[in-house]
Amino acid sequence: MRRTLISRKASLQALFLVGALTLLLPAAAFAKTEIHFWHAMTGQLGDAVNELVKEFNGSQSEYEVKPLRKGTYPETLTAAIAAYRQKAAPNIVQVFEVGTQTMLLSGAIVPVYQLMKEQDIKVDWKDFIAPVVGYYSKDGNLYSMPFNSSTPILYYNKDAFRKAGLDPAKPPQTWKQVEEYSKKLIASGAAKCGFSTGWPSWTMVENMHAWHDQPFATRRNGFDGLDAQLLINKEFGVKFIGQLAAWQKDNIYSYGGRQGTADPKFVSGECAMYIQSSALIGGFTKGVKFAWGTGQLPFWGPPYHKATSIIGGATLWVMKGKPAAENRGTALFLKFISDTNQQMWWHVTTGYLAISNSAVKNLEAGYHFKRNPDQFTAFAELTQGKVTPNSQGIRLGNFVQIRDVIEGELENIFAGKKTAKQGLDDAVAKSNELLREFAAQNKP
Amino acid sequence: MSAVGATRVDAVRVDARDRLAPRKRPLDWNAIVVHALLVSCIAVVAFPLYYAFIISTQDLQQVVQRPPRLAPSTHLVENYVEAWRQAHMGRMLWNSAVMAVTIAVGKIAISMLSAFAIVYFSFRGRTVCFWMIFITLMLPLPVRMMSTFEVVGTIGWLDSYQGLTIPLMASATATFLFRQFYLTIPNEMAEAAQLDGAGPLRFLWSFLLPLSWANIAALFVVLFIFGWNQYLWPLLITNTEAMRTVVIGLEGLIPRSGTELPTWNLIMAGAMMALLPPVGVIIFMQRWFVKGLVESEK
Amino acid sequence: MKRTVFRNRWLPYLLVFPQMAVTLVFFFWPALKSLQLSLYRVSPFGDRMTFVGLDNFTRLFTDAEYYASVVNSFIFAGGVTVIAVAAALGAAALATQRIRGLIAYRTLLLWPYGIAPAVAGIIFLFIFHPAYGILPYFLSFVTSYEFNWLLKGWVAMTLVIVATAWTHFGYNIAFYIAGLLAIPASVLEAADVDGAGPLRRFTAIVFPLVSPITFYLVVLNMVFAFFESFQVIDAVTKGGPGGATEIMVYKLYKDGFIGLNLGSSGAQSVVLMAIVIGLTVLQFRFAEKKVTYS
Repeated sequence: MRRTLISRKASLQALFLVGALTLLLPAAAFAKTEIHFWHAMTGQLGDAVNELVKEFNGSQSEYEVKPLRKGTYPETLTAAIAAYRQKAAPNIVQVFEVGTQTMLLSGAIVPVYQLMKEQDIKVDWKDFIAPVVGYYSKDGNLYSMPFNSSTPILYYNKDAFRKAGLDPAKPPQTWKQVEEYSKKLIASGAAKCGFSTGWPSWTMVENMHAWHDQPFATRRNGFDGLDAQLLINKEFGVKFIGQLAAWQKDNIYSYGGRQGTADPKFVSGECAMYIQSSALIGGFTKGVKFAWGTGQLPFWGPPYHKATSIIGGATLWVMKGKPAAENRGTALFLKFISDTNQQMWWHVTTGYLAISNSAVKNLEAGYHFKRNPDQFTAFAELTQGKVTPNSQGIRLGNFVQIRDVIEGELENIFAGKKTAKQGLDDAVAKSNELLREFAAQNKP
Repeated sequence: MSAVGATRVDAVRVDARDRLAPRKRPLDWNAIVVHALLVSCIAVVAFPLYYAFIISTQDLQQVVQRPPRLAPSTHLVENYVEAWRQAHMGRMLWNSAVMAVTIAVGKIAISMLSAFAIVYFSFRGRTVCFWMIFITLMLPLPVRMMSTFEVVGTIGWLDSYQGLTIPLMASATATFLFRQFYLTIPNEMAEAAQLDGAGPLRFLWSFLLPLSWANIAALFVVLFIFGWNQYLWPLLITNTEAMRTVVIGLEGLIPRSGTELPTWNLIMAGAMMALLPPVGVIIFMQRWFVKGLVESEK
Repeated sequence: MKRTVFRNRWLPYLLVFPQMAVTLVFFFWPALKSLQLSLYRVSPFGDRMTFVGLDNFTRLFTDAEYYASVVNSFIFAGGVTVIAVAAALGAAALATQRIRGLIAYRTLLLWPYGIAPAVAGIIFLFIFHPAYGILPYFLSFVTSYEFNWLLKGWVAMTLVIVATAWTHFGYNIAFYIAGLLAIPASVLEAADVDGAGPLRRFTAIVFPLVSPITFYLVVLNMVFAFFESFQVIDAVTKGGPGGATEIMVYKLYKDGFIGLNLGSSGAQSVVLMAIVIGLTVLQFRFAEKKVTYS
C-alpha cells in the first residue's frame, strides 16, 4: 500500500471542491442586478424603448434593465401604486406629466437629483432645456427624468395650401391668419375644414395660456402651493375659447374628440391644418400621403406677449425602498439616457424632444435640422421665447380629472350647449373643488 | 317550473302545430308575411356583423372611400394575419380560452360540491352557508371592483391566471341550480345508495353526476361565454400584454393617442376573431345554451 | 318529507369549503373593505388614511355629476331593456306562429348574445363613425343634421344602447319562445274560432299570458344593463362626450382607478350595493310570479 501525504479520499474531495468553486464563482460574477422599468409605450415607441435598454445593457455588465409595458399611463401608475403597497414596486416607472403632483407628494419616490448625489454621479443640470426640466423640478432640483416630452405644433397641408392659392412655404403665424387661410381653403374646395386639434385641454387651454403668457392657475400655475385655483375663465380664456366655438359653426374649426381621435381629420385631408403633439412627426412622415409642413403655434397678437409653449409627455420616476445596489444601476441608466448621444438617437428615432442643449447643438451641427426642418419647430417654441412663470409648466393635484373636466366642458361649449363663459366658469368651479380635495388628501 | 320542460316540449309543440297546420290554401299569406318579417328581422340583426366582416376584407383605402362598399374585397388573409401579429392574437385567444374554460369548470365544480353538501347533509352552519352564498348575488363585480382588486393585489395574484379566474368562481346561480336539481331527485335513490353501503362521495360520483350531465353541459356553455366575454375584471387585473384577453386586446387596437392612425380593417378583423368562438359555441350548441340560460335564471 | 341525509362529521365542511373560501376572500372581504374605505380619505399611495365619517357621501350627494351619472345609468338601462325586450317579444311571437323553421329562426336571432358588448360596441362605433360610418352616410341623404357622437351626447348614448341591446336581444328571445310555446294550443284555437286576427289574438290573449315573463325579463335586463354596461362604455365612448354616457359604474372606475380617489369610489360602491339589494329583491319577487300559469 502506497503511502501518500494526503489520502486519496481527501484529494478527491479537494478536487471536487475546487471544481465546484471554479464553476460557481464565474456564475456569481455574471449574475447581473436586475432593474425593473415599467412603461406605457406601444408600437414603434415600445420598440425604441427596447432598443435603448438593449444599448445600456450591452454597454456594461453589472446591471440589466428589464423594460415591461404595463398598460396605458393610468394603468401603469395604478399598477405601480399597487405594487408599491405590496413592497414589490419596480425601480423605475414612467408617469405622465399630469401625475407629477401626485408623485411629488407621494413619499414613495427618490428625487433624481438626490439619487445622483447619493451615487456620486455627475450630471450637468444646467445643460437641460429649461422649459422641459422646469416642469419636473422643485426649488431648482430635478425630481424625475424627462423621457418622452413633446410640445404642440401646427401641422399644415401644403398641397391644400397650393390649391387654395396660399404660399405652401408660409404657415399662418397669427390666429387672424388661421381664420383667413381657413376661409380661403374652404372656399376653394381644398379642404372641408380649416383646422382641428388633438388633446384639447393640453393644446387649446394649457398651451394657449402659456404661449400668450397668461396664467393657467394661481400660485404660479400651482408650483407654489396646493391652494391654487384655475384662471382659465378670465378674459383671455373666454375670448379664445369663444372664438373657437364661433369658428366651429363655420367649419373653420372642427372639433374631433379627445386625445388623438382627430388625427384622421388631418391625414385624410378633411382639415388642412392641425395642432397636435410634435411627436406625431414620425407617424405622419410614414402615413400622410400629401406634402405637409409645420409651423409654430399661432399667436393672437396684441395685447398679449409671446412666452413659450409647455411640454407634455412623461418622465421616469425612481421608486423608494429599493436596495442600494439596484439604486446604483437605476442612476447609471438614467445618466445613460440623458447623455448627449442617447438624446440625439432618441430624438431622431422617436421624434420626442432631446432634453439637453448640447444634444440640440450637436443635432444642429450635424445638419439634422437642415434636413428635417420640421423637427426644429418644437425646439424653437420652447427656446426662442422667454420662460415666464406662466409658461414654465403646470403643477396641479388631481390633474387627470381636471383635464377631464375641462375637456368635458369644452365639448359642451363646442356643441353649443353652453357659452364659453358659462362652460369655463363651470370647469373652473369643478376643478377648484378637485384641487381642494387633493389638498385635503395630502395634508402633510 | 314550466320553463324547465320547455326545450323538451319544443319538439312536441312544433309537431303539434304542424299537424294543426293551416288549411290547405293555394297561398298562405299569413305564413308568407310572417316569414318575410322574420327574414327582415334576421337581416337587420345580421347586418352589423356582415358589415364588420366586409370591412375586415378591405384595405384602408377602400374602408374610407365614399360611397361605402358593401361587397367583400380581397384582403381577407393579409388583414387577419396582420391583425393577428399586431395584437398578438394567438396569446390573447389562448388567455381567453384558458379563462373561459377554467371559470366554467371551476364554477360548476365548486357549486356542485356546495349544493351537494347543502342538500344531502345536515351540519351546523348549513343555513349560514346558504345565506352567505345567497348574499353574493347582491355583490356583482362592479360593486366591489376596487377593493377586490386590492385584495388580489395583496395576495399577489395580479397579472396571473389565478387572479383572472379564481375570484370569479363563486356563483350563487350555479349553486342554486344544482340545489334545485338535487331536490328533485327522489329520496329513494339516496336511501338505496346508503343501503348499498355507498358513501356520499360514491353517491355523488356514480348517481348524481351521471344524472346531472344535461344540466352541466348547459351550464358549461353559458359559463364559457360568460368567461370569454369578461372585460372589467381582466382590465383591472392584467397589465402586461402576455396576460390580456382578446376582448380587452381588441379595445387596445383602437389607438386613442395620436401617434398611430386607426386601421379599421384590422380592428374589424380582430373583432371577428374575438367573437367567432363564443358565437360558434352558441350556434353549434344552441340547444344546450338555451337550456342553460333558461335553467340558470330560476 | 324528511330528506335522506348522509352522516359525516367533516365531509360537508370540506365540500362547501371551496365556495366559502372564494366567497369570503373575494366577496365579503372586499365588500367590507369598500364600506371601510368609504368612510376615509385615502392618499393615492395609501400612506395616509384619515377618518372622515360620511364626508365622502355628502360630497357625492351634492355633486351634480353624480346625479347625472345616476340618470344616465337609468336612461341606458331603460333604453336597452325597452328595445331588447320589445324586439324579442315581437320576433318570438312571429317565430312561434304556425310556420316551419322555428329552431332555425331561433338560432339566427340568438347568436348575437355570444358577442361581448365591448366588441359589439366597437363594431357600432365604426358604423356610427362621423367620417367613415355607414349610418351617418345614409342618413346624410335624408337630413343634413350631423350625427356626430363625438359632439352630440344623445347620439353617443344611442350608439351604446343599440350596441348593448343588440347583444342582449337573443337572450330574451330564448325566454319568450319557451314561454310562448308553453301556451296551450287550445287557447289560441279558441281565439281563431272567434274570428280574431293575429294582431288581435296577440294583444288580447298572448301578451297578457306572457306578462309574467315580460316582467321578469324587464327586471333582468335592467339589472344586466345596469351592471354589465361598463365594457361597452369603456370600449367606445369612455363616458363622453361631456359626460353624456357616464354611468355610475364607469364613474366609479374613473374616480377609483384613474383618479385614485379611493374614498369616493368606496362611497360609490356602497351606494351601488344598496341599489343591487333593492333590484335583487325585486327580481326575486317577480321570479316567483313568473313561473306558474296554466
